[in-house]
Amino acid sequence: MQQALSISFMVIGTFFILVAGIAILRLPDVFLRMSATTKVATLGIGFTLLATAVYFNNLGVTSRAVAIIAFVMLTAPVSAHMIGRAAYLDGVPLWKGTVLDELRGRYDPETHVLAGSPGEQGAVDEAGVE
Amino acid sequence: MTVPGIAVGIVLPVLAVTVVLAFVRLARGPSLPDRVVALDLLATVGISIIAVYAVATNQPVVLDVAVVVALLSFLGTIAFAYYIERRR
Repeated sequence: MQQALSISFMVIGTFFILVAGIAILRLPDVFLRMSATTKVATLGIGFTLLATAVYFNNLGVTSRAVAIIAFVMLTAPVSAHMIGRAAYLDGVPLWKGTVLDELRGRYDPETHVLAGSPGEQGAVDEAGVE
Repeated sequence: MTVPGIAVGIVLPVLAVTVVLAFVRLARGPSLPDRVVALDLLATVGISIIAVYAVATNQPVVLDVAVVVALLSFLGTIAFAYYIERRR
């Protein structure tokens, strides 16, 4: 029972990580790739470490696995947001099929401050809503 | 079918294929953020490989390495993002 559970968790997690690998190769745009790999690979890591915890069935291993899962789930969105913001400010082109870019023209190119961030309420009123 | 057998026979080869896919993006990747995303995915797959390797060799000590890799890959990604943003 425990072995079957461990095997199924491991196979599910590996499937998700393989999907992330295919996504980073096939998707057309850095933002789509980042979104896919961050979410899918985090899920894959979670399942794989869960499989390890179930297989060893040991307090030390389980606490390590839970710590890694919690840390990755906390940090993956933060790092994805940082890379996405840096890529956007760096001028990486969006996919030509993109239908909506709500940030266009709203970042100050010098200071990298977003119009309408807290404390800059006046900027929004002057720029107006498109 | 034992768990280490599945881990060595099926799971580790698939993870190795994923490493190759991420490495292709790291080598081609038209812009610098693409390469950073690929490095991030490589570290993530690395953590997963370490977890599966711990099962395959029946040595749970290896999981400590996974903790360190998780911490360092986060710091590396943040540093890369910081310097991409202030590059010009």
